Amino acid sequence: MLTRRSLLATPALAVPGCSFLGALPGTLSGADMARGHLLRTPFAAGTPAETRRTKIAIIGGGIAGLSAAFTLAEAGHRDFRLFELEDSAGGNSRAGRNAVSAYPLGAHYLPIPNPESSGVRHFLERIGTITGWQGGKPVFDPYQIVADPEERILHLGRWQEGLIPAIVPDADRADLAAFFAAMDRFRDHKTSDGRRAFAIPMDLSSRDPDLRALDALSFTAWLDARGWSTPTLRAHLRYCTRDEYGTEPGEVSAWAGIHYFAARRGEAANCAGDAVLTWPAGNGYLAAAMARRVAGHIEPGIVVAAVRTSGDGAQIDALDVANRRRIRILADAAIIALPRFVAAHVVAGASAKGFGYSPWVVANVTADRLPAGQGAKLAWDNVSATSDSLGYVVATHQGLAAVPGPTVLTWYTALSDMTPATARTLMTDRPLADWQRIVHDDLMAMNPDLAGAIRRIDVWRWGHAMVRPVPGFFFGGARENAAKSAPPLFNAHSDLSGLSIFEEAHFRGSTAAEAAMTHLGFAHVSVHTA
Amino acid sequence: MADAPTGARDLAPVLLFSAFVVATCGLVYELLAGTLASYLLGDSVTQFSTVIGTYLFAMGIGAWLSRYVTANELAVFVRTEILIAAIGGSSAALLFLLFDRVGDFRLPLYGLVLIIGTLVGLEIPLLMRILKDRLEFGDLVSKVLTFDYIGALAASLLFPLVLVPHLGLIRTGFLFGLANVGVALAMLWMLPQASRLRGEMAAGILVAIALVAGLFSAERLQRLAEVAAYQAPIIHAVSTPYQRIVLTRRNDDVRLFLNGNLQFSSRDEYRYHEALVHPALGRIAHPANVLILGGGDGLAAREVLKYPGVRSITLVDLDPAMTRLFTDAPMLAALNGNALRSPKLIIVNADAFVWLRANQRRFGAVIVDFPDPTNFSIGKLYTLSLYRELARAIAPGGIAVVQSTSPLVAPNAYWTVATTLEAAGLTTRGYHAYVPSFGEWGFILAAHGAIADAVALPPGLRFLTPRTAALAFDFPPDMARRPTPVNRLDNQALVRAFDAEWSRVEG
Repeated sequence: MLTRRSLLATPALAVPGCSFLGALPGTLSGADMARGHLLRTPFAAGTPAETRRTKIAIIGGGIAGLSAAFTLAEAGHRDFRLFELEDSAGGNSRAGRNAVSAYPLGAHYLPIPNPESSGVRHFLERIGTITGWQGGKPVFDPYQIVADPEERILHLGRWQEGLIPAIVPDADRADLAAFFAAMDRFRDHKTSDGRRAFAIPMDLSSRDPDLRALDALSFTAWLDARGWSTPTLRAHLRYCTRDEYGTEPGEVSAWAGIHYFAARRGEAANCAGDAVLTWPAGNGYLAAAMARRVAGHIEPGIVVAAVRTSGDGAQIDALDVANRRRIRILADAAIIALPRFVAAHVVAGASAKGFGYSPWVVANVTADRLPAGQGAKLAWDNVSATSDSLGYVVATHQGLAAVPGPTVLTWYTALSDMTPATARTLMTDRPLADWQRIVHDDLMAMNPDLAGAIRRIDVWRWGHAMVRPVPGFFFGGARENAAKSAPPLFNAHSDLSGLSIFEEAHFRGSTAAEAAMTHLGFAHVSVHTA
Repeated sequence: MADAPTGARDLAPVLLFSAFVVATCGLVYELLAGTLASYLLGDSVTQFSTVIGTYLFAMGIGAWLSRYVTANELAVFVRTEILIAAIGGSSAALLFLLFDRVGDFRLPLYGLVLIIGTLVGLEIPLLMRILKDRLEFGDLVSKVLTFDYIGALAASLLFPLVLVPHLGLIRTGFLFGLANVGVALAMLWMLPQASRLRGEMAAGILVAIALVAGLFSAERLQRLAEVAAYQAPIIHAVSTPYQRIVLTRRNDDVRLFLNGNLQFSSRDEYRYHEALVHPALGRIAHPANVLILGGGDGLAAREVLKYPGVRSITLVDLDPAMTRLFTDAPMLAALNGNALRSPKLIIVNADAFVWLRANQRRFGAVIVDFPDPTNFSIGKLYTLSLYRELARAIAPGGIAVVQSTSPLVAPNAYWTVATTLEAAGLTTRGYHAYVPSFGEWGFILAAHGAIADAVALPPGLRFLTPRTAALAFDFPPDMARRPTPVNRLDNQALVRAFDAEWSRVEG
């Protein structure tokens, strides 16, 4: 066991400027590529060893699939199965755990939902995250609201609260003010069709052609046209589009860029509307809550290879990985909760044309003590103005201990400054030690106080982390076509919204579940009231 | 030196300058050890006097030992310089770091003083012998001693006026270590007969690099050795996984510091603990079950035990080392009247927030004596979420009291605690008391219903009387209630107010 004495002694012995990384323990993991690539082989041809029947088959156990399953279970539907390729459901919202803490492998927070995100609010109320209502606003469980301080940025050698450097030239300040004023106007804007200019789910956004036209150009082009080019604003916006979409501002649609800033109108009775909900496991908490509700219905380790309409129903051919058997599932309806690039391999007639994906690397760093630093105290989200990483969140931030002990820091980066294909090659080529060194050096630049305190670095590679909302993606046709369902097959995935966020995945999953129930004549009450 | 080449006379000024440097360094190490000893052990007259005595005695040993150097004076001198640079240069850092890691600090202190003194004692005799062929004897003694004493003057002026205030002890040590090794390297560089001393050259360069590294990590070393802050002699210091516990004592004044923050002074702690406990306990008819959160020193428990009707006290304190210390150390157990050995007392070593969330019991009285909200982790113990759990733990008709910082220094912080308790559905009444070592201090009573005026105090109190206990509820305008926000996990309004108000006082 480490004593405090040895903890104190360690940094004193480390020579500044040198890092004795040696062989740091850790793992290199990611989506199971071998299983994924089974889809490209003709293994599914031939006679299935077993045929099963279910009323509704859900294919894919990310948040969209889990939301569909949760919605079915809540409506009282019992005859459904969820098939997941990996050993556990959750998709991007999966979590890990070690002796110190649970920690996210990907998605790690949910903003306080907008009033129009009625399905998400309903879900949060069902799992106890919303504990009641006051004056028409939801009351959130205070232990799940991000604890103060929420975020800080390292700028010119000093940490400060917030994500935008405070000490900047006047021209930068003027640009920031003008930009955020414009975002406020978009946020408050309602168009003649009675819709919000930008809404969550995005499907409820205004259809006004002037607003849709924003999708035709890049965010950078839109900013250029307004003359907003000072470095502080551009650096912040680059951080935001990379953080939200894994993509450079020049490569995202202006509609996506503005949606990020203008779509959030969260309401809460007991915290700020722009707060977020977070947990040690990140959104693994939400995925686990859904998975618990539908525990008996989830079948992990099933690689679905082909889905086609057969008679009035759906025929699904799959491989059961555990006993390497071909199985066939006959369902009255199927919910395709797969990312589009997978669906294109699986579903007859589906295409992934126009769908690109950003690659991410997430590292969970176990440390003996909390990071410190000059200036603002440790926050939940910690970002450096000079680093190309997206910083780290602290998995133990929501803990209640009066004297903090060891911690897990979840470090993120989007490999956005190269083509996604190059990034994926890099991901498969680089050994664990290389990633660990990158993470370690980046952390040391932000928090030299962590010298000698890092115990292990576990790296997770997401080759296809997020759909890339490139110009033209939202309203150029491909996304809208993909979003259309052809019963008995119902499409459900955040890809169909072009925004890789929990709310969109939940919306797509729950609406697909409701559409499937309607199709099958199963009486239910919609969770979507907006 | 038989092989003194022509022109060696030109080197005499360099050697004499090194006498100056060497003398300055020697005195600086002596002053460092004396200052450190009085910082860490208190009683500066004794410390300075014994350190100087030991140091001078050790210099005598060094001077005496110089007779055994029969050849190669230059090599021995250079080696001595390098050793002094390494040991003397890092002495301040070493002593700071060793302070809380050794049983008896005097051992490394006087050990280092002896070693450094001995080495310094070697310097001047050796230097004089190196110079003896270059100068007349009378001239030699006069010049060397002149530079020696000038160096001493320089050190004694520089040390208090420039070095300590601007560089601090640790950096000063490393800097003068560099001067020592600089002399060694300069000699190796300039003296022709030194060209064979390759090993010494390498060692000198290594030591110089290490000292430069030390110079730049001085801040980190200083952080690791915060004990320099105590004004009275330390009688016990221990680091637990949760905190650093330091006890100091000057005459009859025993003080407890947790992480450098004063928790009590034995001279006036009765004021604090009487004010903490009796306004609450004195307001309930039959205080049978009492919960104490924090208060591992057992002083609040001592006051609670003055009520014979109390059947059980549950004391929740995070740190087993703390409760053990105040149970077992005779002097401390005497201070709390052996309260922690009372059969009525159950000690639970747990994190109070976590324990309270899981707790299902209700208590007639709850004493909440957490550390001040100096950081965001402790700030969580003062939030609406904790007070909701606290409200669950107060039995009907029961009462809680919360120590809530100074209403005079930090009125916004103080009243934030009241506002937050009220937001948890509790009725509150604030009061204050003067505790000399803390200043004007504040407490808040909280209960499910109205809080009575009448209070029945146990006999034998030294501070509270029915009259002063009633006056304590009166707040003059400078401490009067003001509108404050509710302290929540997601806004930490209290830590921010506390920090802003206390930093105005403490700078």
